[in-house]
Amino acid sequence: MALARIDLPREARRGELVEVRIVIQHPMETGFRREPQGERIQRNAIHSLVCRYNGAEVFRATLSTGIAANPFLRFFLRAARSGDLDFWWLDDDDVQGAAKAHLVVSA
Amino acid sequence: MKKYFVLAALIACAAEAQNRSGLEFASEEIRRLQASDAENPGMLWVDQGAKLFAQHCASCHASMKGVATRYPAVEKGKIVTLETKIREKMPALAYESDELLALTSYIAHESRGMPLKVNPPPDKLEAGKKAYYQRRGQMNLACAHCHEQNWGKRLGAETLSQGQPNGYPTYRLEWQKMGSLERRIRACMFGLHAALPPYGSEAMLELELFLAWRANGLPIETPAVRR
Amino acid sequence: MKRRDFIGSLTALAVSPHISTTDPLVYSFTKGKPVRPGRVSIEIAPLAENGHSVAMTVKVDSPMTASDHVRAVHLIAERNPVRDMAVFYLGPDCGHAEVGSRIRLNGSQRVVAIAELSDGSFWSDAAYVEVREAACTDGG
Repeated sequence: MALARIDLPREARRGELVEVRIVIQHPMETGFRREPQGERIQRNAIHSLVCRYNGAEVFRATLSTGIAANPFLRFFLRAARSGDLDFWWLDDDDVQGAAKAHLVVSA
Repeated sequence: MKKYFVLAALIACAAEAQNRSGLEFASEEIRRLQASDAENPGMLWVDQGAKLFAQHCASCHASMKGVATRYPAVEKGKIVTLETKIREKMPALAYESDELLALTSYIAHESRGMPLKVNPPPDKLEAGKKAYYQRRGQMNLACAHCHEQNWGKRLGAETLSQGQPNGYPTYRLEWQKMGSLERRIRACMFGLHAALPPYGSEAMLELELFLAWRANGLPIETPAVRR
Repeated sequence: MKRRDFIGSLTALAVSPHISTTDPLVYSFTKGKPVRPGRVSIEIAPLAENGHSVAMTVKVDSPMTASDHVRAVHLIAERNPVRDMAVFYLGPDCGHAEVGSRIRLNGSQRVVAIAELSDGSFWSDAAYVEVREAACTDGG
């Protein structure tokens, strides 16, 4: 399971814009690199990522090999209710990853 | 009065000859990445290392704060690095494996901001110092040619650094992952078309010891970001 | 040629699209609809020291309300072997149409961002990035 680091403020006021940052440990292998002996290293990149806030999708991304290794994403959401941010992703090898963070929202 | 002018001039010269971290020669983007724990991919290895340390080491070892400032060290007459010490206890961890990188990154990170303070017996430094000034490879250059005589100048589109080790393990953009000082030294030697000293070899340890001693005073920056 | 036509064609040149709408990659999501320059802005350093990781932010001028928001932002690198880099799907819950990431650029080239709005219109921006190479071969 890939490691990830999620960064966002611990709490926010309702209606406030919240900046979310995530960096995921993943080689995002392009499929163009070769081993020292010459064989191609097979492509393996995270291609789908979803972030749900209180169960509802707030951000989704289709990624490709043009995204740098150990992918970093930064986006915004509007604070509504206290709840979890659930990240889920899937790579070309069909390996899933997940990470979670919590946001406290005050009135 | 003249004495003070001479002293001031000497201090000014020393300042000029001061150790400078690779960060000073890095682009704005690299400096920005390194400064942001939320974005620095190296922190992923530090996180992994913290978990591994809690699992495998914490039962015997207390805090690692300050430990990395004293390595490489000379223990029982042999040069040891964080990697060799960890591998003594966990020989299954291969050089450049994510697990070994994670542990060394975590331990070095626990000393982030603290100055390097390695204190080897002077005779142990001789071999590494000799290696540093020895020409090698098809390019027939010594480390000193770039990193002592020409730091600050351009090589292609890059600015030569002093080749300081204080940021290692480092997230190198060229590697697209975390890597050790030994990997970086081998990469440099590859550029010279020289024979690559094997990981953990005596030649490698001697050079690492000298590099750390040379860098004494520079703060540990792990996880640094470099190109 | 009539003067009106001449001025018309000059205007068309002045606001010429960043990327051809018949480009198969662009067509795959625009279905031939016009892609107008504007409302999108790419923030990226004009000179990247290393093509492996180039920081980039895309912003779209949008109120991000239920009736007026950004549905998706497509990122294209014109000279990468795989030109489509990412598609970011947003919505009113985002509150603000801004996405940041780090991309790979295989040499100096233009990066194009195309935003699809909730009204079905497409807007774009493009930025040219000079990408430097390493001085020494690394060999790993």
